[in-house]
Amino acid sequence: MISAGALSRFQGDFAQALLATDGLSPPAMAAVTAQPAFAVYRNTVLKGCIDALQANYPAITRLVGEEWMRAAAAVYARDALPGQPMLLQYGADFGDFLTQFEPAAELPYLPGVAHLDRYWTEAHAAASEDTLVPAAAAQLARSNFFRVRLQPHAATRWAWFANAPIYTIWSRNRSDDTVDGDIDWHAEGALLTRPQDAVQWRAIDEAGCAFLDTCTSGGSVADAAQAALEVQSDADLGRLISVLLEAGAFSRLHIDA
Amino acid sequence: MTHFLDAGLGLKPPHFDAALDCSAAGLWFEVHPENYMVDGGPRLSWLEAIRGKHPISLHGVALSLAADAEPDAVHLRRLAELVRRIEPALVSEHLAWSTWRGAYHPDLLPFPRTTQALTRIADNVSRAQDALQRRIAIENPSHYLKLDGHEWAETEFLQELASRAGCGLLLDVNNVYVSASNMGYSAEDYIDAFPAEPVMEIHLAGHAPDPNLGKALLVDSHDAPVSPEVWALYERLIQRIGTRPTLIERDDNLPEFAALLAEREHAATVLRGNLAEAA
Repeated sequence: MISAGALSRFQGDFAQALLATDGLSPPAMAAVTAQPAFAVYRNTVLKGCIDALQANYPAITRLVGEEWMRAAAAVYARDALPGQPMLLQYGADFGDFLTQFEPAAELPYLPGVAHLDRYWTEAHAAASEDTLVPAAAAQLARSNFFRVRLQPHAATRWAWFANAPIYTIWSRNRSDDTVDGDIDWHAEGALLTRPQDAVQWRAIDEAGCAFLDTCTSGGSVADAAQAALEVQSDADLGRLISVLLEAGAFSRLHIDA
Repeated sequence: MTHFLDAGLGLKPPHFDAALDCSAAGLWFEVHPENYMVDGGPRLSWLEAIRGKHPISLHGVALSLAADAEPDAVHLRRLAELVRRIEPALVSEHLAWSTWRGAYHPDLLPFPRTTQALTRIADNVSRAQDALQRRIAIENPSHYLKLDGHEWAETEFLQELASRAGCGLLLDVNNVYVSASNMGYSAEDYIDAFPAEPVMEIHLAGHAPDPNLGKALLVDSHDAPVSPEVWALYERLIQRIGTRPTLIERDDNLPEFAALLAEREHAATVLRGNLAEAA
């Protein structure tokens, strides 16, 4: 006779045993973990997590090598199994994990690169929306900037890195192409967009990031322009807006009544 | 029961273009829905393009229907959204669990087949079918471990599950071969005992010996062609139950698309041979 709750107890014990190091499995699992075949489950679960993290962080993997990446991923996975089964979304905070990960201390640019790998995934999987075409610039030019708002596309992501050329490091390691040449150590930003159903990226300046920050919080074009000029007084606003439009950074233009 | 399809192929991204171009009669494709539960973008575009030319089967790996907990509401809602969008010909899941207390274990985990488990799983399958508004097929898993406490033979458990929940079954012949070898029972007996009427789909795949334990432990690796032993079991099954949609499942060590099409043609030939015999 199996008492009510036996299935729950079995699953709790089995789940604990999957991640337990030798000798620390629940006693009720002794007959299970003693079988060599239990390793098939242990290995499959951990490998599934590590494979997903490696796939989701390709620039990190290229920078540090597969062996280092898989070792780091194993440490991460043992502490944080996926919270849901869509493994494309697994490891959203892997960049934050790397800031605390002792072996990564000598590579201070890794967390930033991881954030851009994560932004690529977010851009790739974001909702489909129309993209505001560059011709909208003409309409914009005729409008009252205080009443016009530009809405960033659901797939648009951007970040400003004040301390390191994260965009250059990331973009050189995101593809299989070999790009030689020294990296000029300077602050830079990244813009990721998905204009034709494929993620694209380009460098962006601090003014562009400030402009997009203001747009996304609902500010008008005038507000966004002011924010851009505050961080970069010599910003060329006409060029800034046309670069963003050409990248497909926006989905809609609202004109407030 | 409508048998709309003959033989199909598991579809992986490297073969998307070849799949789009292929016009083989009766061909259908199966994918894991978890890879397409996104808000938008290229993944959905790819799947919709394939769906525009071929029937699709959604083969879930993560509903965790054998967990002693209701299926995750968010996951079920996203699956239902994908089902509405893709209008798949078939939807299937596994007699296994993977999510426990909010943690997803990327594997298909075993459990003792008790009456308590049967009651819980039948309820979970009913909830899933209600949410998806369709009958789904539940697949027999591969077994590696000897567990204490089984109260039901797997074929009888599945028959009772199909009866209680009104679900269909997916018979994975390779899983039968692997499990029989690992657990030490007769694969032929299992195939002969499997309830015929609820079978909505059949899976065929390759397996491999465990890298450490060798042939003492076969692993359902999906990284090799279907073995001759599994083909023989398949022919034995089709002779008894008649034609059913049959999938060549390949997830790893992907060959050229043409090689998979040739395996798929092998299955189609078995199905057509059965139809000719029955005529």
